[in-house]
Order: sequence, then structure tokens, then C-alpha cells
Amino acid sequence: MISYLDNSATTRVFPEVVELMTKIMLEDYGNPSSVHMKGVDAEKYVTTATKQIATALKVNEKEIFFTSGGTESDNLALIGCANANNRAGKHIITTKIEHPAILNTCKYLESEGYEISYLSVDEYGVISLDELESLIRKDTILVSIMHTNNEVGSVQPISQAGALIKKKNPATLFHVDAVQGFTKAEIFPKKQNIDLLSVSGHKIHGPKGIGFLYINEKVKIKPISYGGGQQKGLRNGTLNVPGIAGIGLSCKMATDTMKADNERLYELKKYFLDKVKDIDKVVINGCPLTEEGEFDVYKTAPHIINISVNGLRSEVMLHALEDKQIYVSAGSACASHSKKESSTLKSMGADAQRMDGALRLSMSSMTTKEELDYVLLTLEETISFYGRFTRK
Amino acid sequence: MFSSFIIKYAEIGVKGKNRYLFEDALVRQIKYALKKCEGEFVVSKTPGRIFLDAQTEFDYDDVISHLKKVCGISGICPMVRLEDEGIDKLKEEVVKYFDETYPDKNVTFKVCARRSRKNYPLDSMEINREVGGALLDAFPELKVDVHEPQIELVVEVREKIFIYSEIIPGIGGMPLGTNGKAMLLLSGGIDSPVAGYMIARRGVKIDAVYFHAPPYTSERAKQKVVDLAKKVSAYAGPIYLHTINFTDIQLYIYEQCPHEELTIIMRRYMMMIAEMIAKETECQALITGESIGQVASQTTHSLAVTNEVCTLPVFRPLIAFDKEDIVTISKQIDAYETSIQPYEDCCTIFVAKHPVTKPNLAYIKRHEENLAEKIDELVKTALETRETIIVTDED
Repeated sequence: MISYLDNSATTRVFPEVVELMTKIMLEDYGNPSSVHMKGVDAEKYVTTATKQIATALKVNEKEIFFTSGGTESDNLALIGCANANNRAGKHIITTKIEHPAILNTCKYLESEGYEISYLSVDEYGVISLDELESLIRKDTILVSIMHTNNEVGSVQPISQAGALIKKKNPATLFHVDAVQGFTKAEIFPKKQNIDLLSVSGHKIHGPKGIGFLYINEKVKIKPISYGGGQQKGLRNGTLNVPGIAGIGLSCKMATDTMKADNERLYELKKYFLDKVKDIDKVVINGCPLTEEGEFDVYKTAPHIINISVNGLRSEVMLHALEDKQIYVSAGSACASHSKKESSTLKSMGADAQRMDGALRLSMSSMTTKEELDYVLLTLEETISFYGRFTRK
Repeated sequence: MFSSFIIKYAEIGVKGKNRYLFEDALVRQIKYALKKCEGEFVVSKTPGRIFLDAQTEFDYDDVISHLKKVCGISGICPMVRLEDEGIDKLKEEVVKYFDETYPDKNVTFKVCARRSRKNYPLDSMEINREVGGALLDAFPELKVDVHEPQIELVVEVREKIFIYSEIIPGIGGMPLGTNGKAMLLLSGGIDSPVAGYMIARRGVKIDAVYFHAPPYTSERAKQKVVDLAKKVSAYAGPIYLHTINFTDIQLYIYEQCPHEELTIIMRRYMMMIAEMIAKETECQALITGESIGQVASQTTHSLAVTNEVCTLPVFRPLIAFDKEDIVTISKQIDAYETSIQPYEDCCTIFVAKHPVTKPNLAYIKRHEENLAEKIDELVKTALETRETIIVTDED
């Protein structure tokens, strides 16, 4: 059996999306900027995709800007807003557990003279609204909080944060990195006071190399690259029509079945956690308990599970599982090339052993219960075999 | 302008009656290297010299970069080859050559004529004088310096006449295939590829063995070793790379032997297995990247203990090198960037906090008796299940 449980790294593309993109590349390959019929035909795909996304988010079509993916969306949101609003202030608030696309962009802004405040998180990877409130100042131009954490699957109180920010300082912009959260929870920017929202295509069964940034029409923002004036001059460059059509369709397909999919994923997650907690050496990261002592999965993302195997390094577990055709990540896939320990787990107060042995299993709507049973069995076998050989 | 090259070699010149073997091997290796370049070439051998003539258009830089990787070449002289049409024509050609090769004429030079065809009407001294005079007439800024000239222009009179002045250094050593074959213990580190390169440079063909320990080492670590073998094969020619799955042996040692001796016992088994493959594939020696004192398993005591399992000679070309110097060579052969990719190799998995640095052979052997029950079977399985691929530097 094959079990791909690395959907937070990337997902398998929906076949319908592949089909649509292939048709565009082979037949309707025009440039939407061209005046002739080929251009007009291509433009229709962009219009459709924009509509699909705007409908899912309940926003205006003109508020959707296509980018090359989550990283670029985050960069454009942060740098673009900072550059356009720095006369009002140079203070930005974010969290300690953001994706490197946010953290490293903030580091850059710091070097440009901005002041960045980093919100801490509790043992479940959730920020404190009190701390947020205490940090918002007159010169706070932007707050950026991720919707769903990519490493442990903690979900932030976005609606409450949005309301709080606007109450404390109506001029402060609110950016949400929803790369992991989009289609895994209901996100409606207008209702939640979100001014900018980053989304990536390949995390929702769409293609790589495409993403979008929702920007509320009232937001002042400047481009970070220059060119032919496409997308109102904010994001220049020839439109990636196959990618755009692809993300549009995958967005529609994923939101159409979202409720049922997520309900099923939550059940799978609860099922998995209940079983995995009894395996020797396993501890669970980032899932709070109810008063009855049950895993309160609904407070977390439906698809991300993070566990640590005490005394076994995550790389070893990962490769041992890989041998059984189970594909998972150590900590965060984006960060796993560097030797840095998971910044999320560290911020949650985890000790070295817990960070050293952390594994992330991330499901998708394609994940089955049979797969999880196979994974549980293999985990147990693998841990009992390799658990004998720990560093002395 | 250049369509011919003189290939210089150093040590081959001093070999006695075997000399032709070395020269033929060098010619073979040059031809092999040129197969990777566009164009057609003729490689010919005359006493003391190998000539390379391009028959078609070719990419000069590409040819030079390939020749610089051929073991046994000490220098490459790009040259102009002329028919003998009298001294006046020769003077004219030399002036033309100089003008095109050296745009800046404010330099010192000397002409160095060699006349191996003794019936040429002028002797060497006369050629020097005639050609030097012609150059001075043509370019008044030029100055003669017979002791330390910036440019030494060689005019060689043979059946034809050669003009050259630049010697591009080659890597030296001896032609590949003139000194048997050796088995390199290749890890993902900096040292072992360098050791392989240095031995190949002395004309030794190389095969390699890599010890893989999944799940402790990853597919990427294995790919890294293949990539490193590729870098070495740019000099050493095609390499048979044997990958041994070492996990079971390693875990067995871990269970049965004192922890501080794990690495040293492990290395003894690696050497043993490498030697078994070496003998099976007709290698006459082993090669390691060991260097005295670099890590606990490379102290003099440790080296003596690991060496004890081998009957073949073990070549350790880096034995007295400092890390810095090894890094310099690693960069020269373009292996460094690959070597420093951060994938764990199997030597570091269970490293003890305080491994033995002065192992006692008698103790080690006694502790190895704990392995008696299963080790032969495990070694046999490891040998039988090894994967072998041929690595070349072509894609």
C-alpha cells in the first residue's frame, strides 16, 4: 500500500485540472494581452478562474491578484503594504510561528528600518489575543497572522483577531497567510476583517507555480516588481493562463466538497490520534484536549497531524516509513533542508528530544482510513524495531 | 588561430623500455577525453612528444578543459604548425603569431629555437637571431631578456616547424591504466573523493564502494555519493560503484559490542568487505581518505587496528594532509560543493560521545567474538545484495 501523507508539502493535482490545463497549453495558448481572438479566448479562462475564486471567498473579482505562489503572495502583501503605508508608521506585528516566507520577509523589512513584533504562542501553537491587543499601536501599519500552521496544524483565532485589530486601530491592515488553511476551514475576508489573504495553488490539488493574493480594494499597496502593467500594474508579467485556470478549478472543486471532506478528515484525525497515542514512545504535538480528556481535533486543522517519537530522530523514522511507501515530513517540509529545529515546536516550548523526533503527517481528501490503519501498524513496527537502537 | 597542440608529459620520459606502454596509454586517454569534445582530432606520437591536430572546427576552451583532466599530461602547448618555406616566410609567420597572441607589446621576450632536423640551413643560434631581429623590427617596444623573459617563444624545427609560447599546465601524474586498479572506500565526505582523484592521477584505475545504512542514511545521501563518484570519474574514467547495505551489520555490532568501539569495529568490517569486493574484481589495493588524527577512528592507533584486517596494500594519499589542503584539492576537482551537502553518512549515526582513540587490538578482537553467531551470514548477505552501477562523468 502507498500512503502519501505529505499534503502540506504539496498535493496531487485533480485530473480535471490537468485536463483543463493541457487543453489550454495545446489549444488555447494565447496571451490574454493580445488583441486578437486567441488573446480573447485565453482571457476567458482568467475571467472564469477569477470568478471561481471570488465566489469561494465571497469577495469582488477585481480583488484577486494572481502570483507565482504562496511565497510571492506573502512578499507582495508585506513589502507592498509596508512601502505604501510607511508614512503612517513602521510597526508590523506577526507571530513567531509563521512560514519562512513571512519570517524572512519580516527580517528584510527589519533591515529596512521597520520594527517587527512577534507574537508568542501557547503549548498548542495558538496566539494570545490579549498579547495582540497590547501590541497594536498608533503606528502599527500591518498585522500578519497565519491561518493554519504548516508544522503542527494549529488554527489561529482569525475572526477575533480581525475584529480586535479594527477596533484598536482601524487603519491597521490585516494580512492572513492561508496557504495551509484555505479550503480546510471557512474563510471569508469581508466577514473576518481580512484585508489581504495569501493562497497557493499546489496545496489545494492545483498546479505549482501559481497562487493568488486577495487584496481588499481599499488597501494601499505598491508593486514589488515592474513590467507590462498586467493586473493593474500591481503584479506585472504575462498571465500564467494554464496555472490560473488550474487554481480556479481546483479552488472550485475543493470548496464544493469542503464541508464533507473536512468532516471526514476530522474523524480520521481523531481516529488516528486515539490510536497513535498508545504506541510506545509517541507523543502528540499541538492538539488540545476537551474537558473529558478527548482530543479536541476541531480546534485544529483537519488535515495536519504532528507527533514526536521519543529517542528516534525524525529523519530515521521518515526513511524507515519511506521504505514501506509511507511518505511524511520531518517538522516542516519547507524548512527540513536546513538543520534548524522546528521554530513552531520550539515556540510551543517543546524540548530538544521532542523537536528531534517530530513527524508531520498531512492528509488530503484523497486519504483513506485503510491507509491510516496501515500507517499505524507500520509506525508501531518501525518504532519497536528501531527503538532498540538509540544513541547512548 | 591554434589548430595543433603539443602534449607534454613528465615522468613517462624517464621510463626505460616500458616507455611505449605509457605513451600508448596516454594517447588512448587523450583520444578518450576528446570523444567528449566536438570536432575531429588526430593524436600522433613522435619520440618525446605527443601531437594533437584538429581536423575540423572545434571549441578551444572545451578541448583545453578536457585535456586538463587527463592524467599524465604535464603541459599543453597550443601551437601554430607551418610548412618549411624558408627563413623569410618563417619570420613573417612568427611576427604574425606574436601580434595575434600578445596585444600588449610592452614586454620582454626571448626566442628559443630547437632544431631536431639537422639539415635545416640555420642552426639554433642563427634562428634565434633571425627571428628575434624580425620581432624587434616589427615591434620596437619589445625588449629582449634572455634570463627572465616574460614570453619565451619556441620555434621548433622538425619535419615541419612549430611555433608556440604558452604552456598550459596539465594535472601531471601518469596515464590512467598504467598502474593497475584500486578500490576506493567512498563516503559522502570531502576526503575520499580527493583520495580517489590523487591515486587515479598516478595512473591507477578506480572502483568504489559505498556503505549505505537506510533508514539512517537517505536516498539523497546515496545520490550524493554517485555525484561525487562522477566528479572523480572526470579524471579516473568510468567507475564501478558498489553500494553495500550496511544497516544490519551496523545494528548487530551496536547490540553486541562496547559502544566506544562501535566506530572502529564498524570500520574494520568496512575494510574487510571492501577488500572482499576488491579481490573479486581484481583490484590490487584499497584507497581511503584517512588522515592522521582527523577523527577518533583515524588516530595512528586506530589506523593500525583497522589496517589489521587487510592483506592488500591500503593507499592513504591524504595521510599527512591538513584539512585545509584537502579542501583546496576538493575545490580544484569541483567536488567540494557536493561534499558539503548536509546528508548524514553512516559513520556518524551511532557515534559514541567518547569513542576510543587508542584502541587495543586484543580487546577489539575479543569483543568481535561477540559477533561470531551471525556476522558471517550478515557479511555474506551484504555482499550478495550489493548494487553495482557504472558511473561516468557524462550525463
